[in-house]
Amino acid sequence: MALGPYASFIVMSYAMVATVVAVLIIWVIADYRRQMARLRDLEAAGAIRRSGRSATEVK
Amino acid sequence: MTALAALIRRDVRVAMRVGGGALIGVLFFLTVVVLMPFAVGPDLALLKKLGPAILWIGALLASLLTLDRLFTADHDDGSLDLIVMSRTPLELACAAKALAHWLAAGLPLVAATPVLGLLLNLDATATGAVALTLLAGTPALTFTGMIGAALAVVLHRGGLLLAVLVLPLSIPVLIFGVAASNAALSGPSPFGTPFSILCALSLASLVIGPFAAAASLRHGLD
Amino acid sequence: MGWIEAPDAADQLLPRQQAASESALPAVASATISGAMTLIDLANPSRFLALAGRILPWLMAATVLVLAVGLYQSATAPDDYQQGATVKIMFIHVPNAWLAMFVWGMMSLAALGTLVWRHPLADVAAKTAAPIGAAFTFLALVTGSLWGRPMWGTYWEWDARLTSVLILFLMYLGLMALWRAVEDPSRAARAAAVLTLVGAINIPIIKFSVDWWNTLHQPASVIRMGGSTLDRAFLTPLLVMAIGFTLLFLTLHIAAMRNEILRRRVRTLQMLQASKSAA
Repeated sequence: MALGPYASFIVMSYAMVATVVAVLIIWVIADYRRQMARLRDLEAAGAIRRSGRSATEVK
Repeated sequence: MTALAALIRRDVRVAMRVGGGALIGVLFFLTVVVLMPFAVGPDLALLKKLGPAILWIGALLASLLTLDRLFTADHDDGSLDLIVMSRTPLELACAAKALAHWLAAGLPLVAATPVLGLLLNLDATATGAVALTLLAGTPALTFTGMIGAALAVVLHRGGLLLAVLVLPLSIPVLIFGVAASNAALSGPSPFGTPFSILCALSLASLVIGPFAAAASLRHGLD
Repeated sequence: MGWIEAPDAADQLLPRQQAASESALPAVASATISGAMTLIDLANPSRFLALAGRILPWLMAATVLVLAVGLYQSATAPDDYQQGATVKIMFIHVPNAWLAMFVWGMMSLAALGTLVWRHPLADVAAKTAAPIGAAFTFLALVTGSLWGRPMWGTYWEWDARLTSVLILFLMYLGLMALWRAVEDPSRAARAAAVLTLVGAINIPIIKFSVDWWNTLHQPASVIRMGGSTLDRAFLTPLLVMAIGFTLLFLTLHIAAMRNEILRRRVRTLQMLQASKSAA
C-alpha cells in the first residue's frame, strides 16, 4: 500500500486513534474489574443491599 | 417590583463598599491593560492595532473576577437561601442581581475605557467604538457569567472552575465585540452588523442567563 | 438525598404478567406488557445491568466487524487526485468529528431526562458519555491537525471548523471538571445537566460566530475538503467507518454506564456500612 510522501502523517493519525481507543477500552475494562472487586470485598465484609439481593449480582 | 428594586439597591450598595469588589474590577482592568505593552512591546502602531482586543480581554477577565462574588457572598451569610425561598420568582431575582452586578462592576469598566484607550494609543473614534461595544457587550458577559457563578456556588467551588465554565460561553461575545470595534476603525465591513449581533447576544443572555442560573440554584441548593 | 436503591418495582409486576399470560389474553395485550417491561428495564438500574450484560457481547462483535470492514476499505481506497493518499486520514477524522457533536447532543437529551423527566439513569448516561465524547473530540482535533499539515502546510489554522471544535473540547473538559467537583453524583448531575443544555445552545452560536470571525480575518489559505460530492470510492469507506465508530461509542458507553451503576452501588453500600458501624 503506497502511502505517498506524507505516509508518516497517515500512520501517525491511525496510530493516535488506535492508541486513544485502546486507552478507552482498557479504562472501561479496568474500571469494571475494580468495581466488581470492591463489591466482592464489601459482600465479604457483610454489607447487605436494601433490596436483599447479592452485592455482586450483575444479572 | 419593590422587592426587586430593593435587591438591586442592596447589591449595588454592597458592591460599592470597601471590599465589595466592584471598583477592584476596574483596577484589575487597568493592570491587565498596562501589562499588555510589556508583553507585546512598546510599538505604538502595533498597540493601536491590538487596542480593541486588549481592552476587550481586560474587560472579560475583570468581569470574570468580580462574578465570583455574585452568589457566594450571599450564600455565605445565608441570604441566598432567603432569596430562593421568597415569593419573588427566582429568575427575576437572578436577573436583578445580574443587573446590579453590571451597574456596579460592568459600567465602571466602560467608564474606564477612554482613559485606558490613551495608554494604547487609540484615537477618539477607536475609543468611542470600543466603549460602545463594551457597553453593549458587558451585560452579555455578566448574564452568561451568572450561569457559571450559580453552578460554582451550588458546588461550593469557585475561582478556576467558574472561569473554565464561563469562558467558552463568552467567546461569541468577545468575537463580535472586537469585530465591531475593528470595523469602526478600519474595515470595509460596516460597524452595524457585528454590533447588532453583539446586542442580540446580550438580549438573548438577558433571558437565558436568569433561567439557567435559577434552575441551577433551585436544583442545587440543599 | 443520594442515589438510593429502590426496591425493584419491576419485580412486583412479574407475578401479574405471569398470571396474565396464563389467562386467555389477546396477543396484542401481552406484547404491550412485554414492551412496557423493556422500558421499565431501561429505567431500573439492576435491570439495565442485566440488559447490558446481554447486549455487550453482540455490540462488541458488531463493532469489531464493521471497523474491520471499514479499515480494509480505507486501506484499499484509491488516492485522491489532489490530496494523494492523505485522503485516508479523512476516514478516521470525519467519524470522530461527527461523534464529537453527536455525543454532546445525546448528553443534552440525557440532561433533559434528568431535569424534566427525572429519569433514574439519565445522569448515569450523561456522566459516562462526557469522557468518551472528549476523547473523540481530541482525536478529531489531532487527526485534523495531522491532515492539515500536508493539506495547508500548517499543523494549526484558526479555521472556523478547527476553532469551533477546539472550543467544544474545552467545554467537554469543563463539563468533566464539573462532574468531578462534587462527591454526591445526583447533585453534580443537576448542575452538569444545566451546563450541558447551555452548551448545546452555545455550540451553534460559537460555530456561527467563529465562521463570521474567520471570514472577517480573511483566511490565509483556501480550505478544500473535497466537497460534499464525494466519489463513491471515498463515500463508502467513510460511511462504514462512521457506523463502526458509532457502534464503538455505543459499546463503550453502555459498558461505562454499567461501571457507573456498580460504582454507585459500592458507594451506597459503603455509606450503609459506615452508618451501621457508627450506630
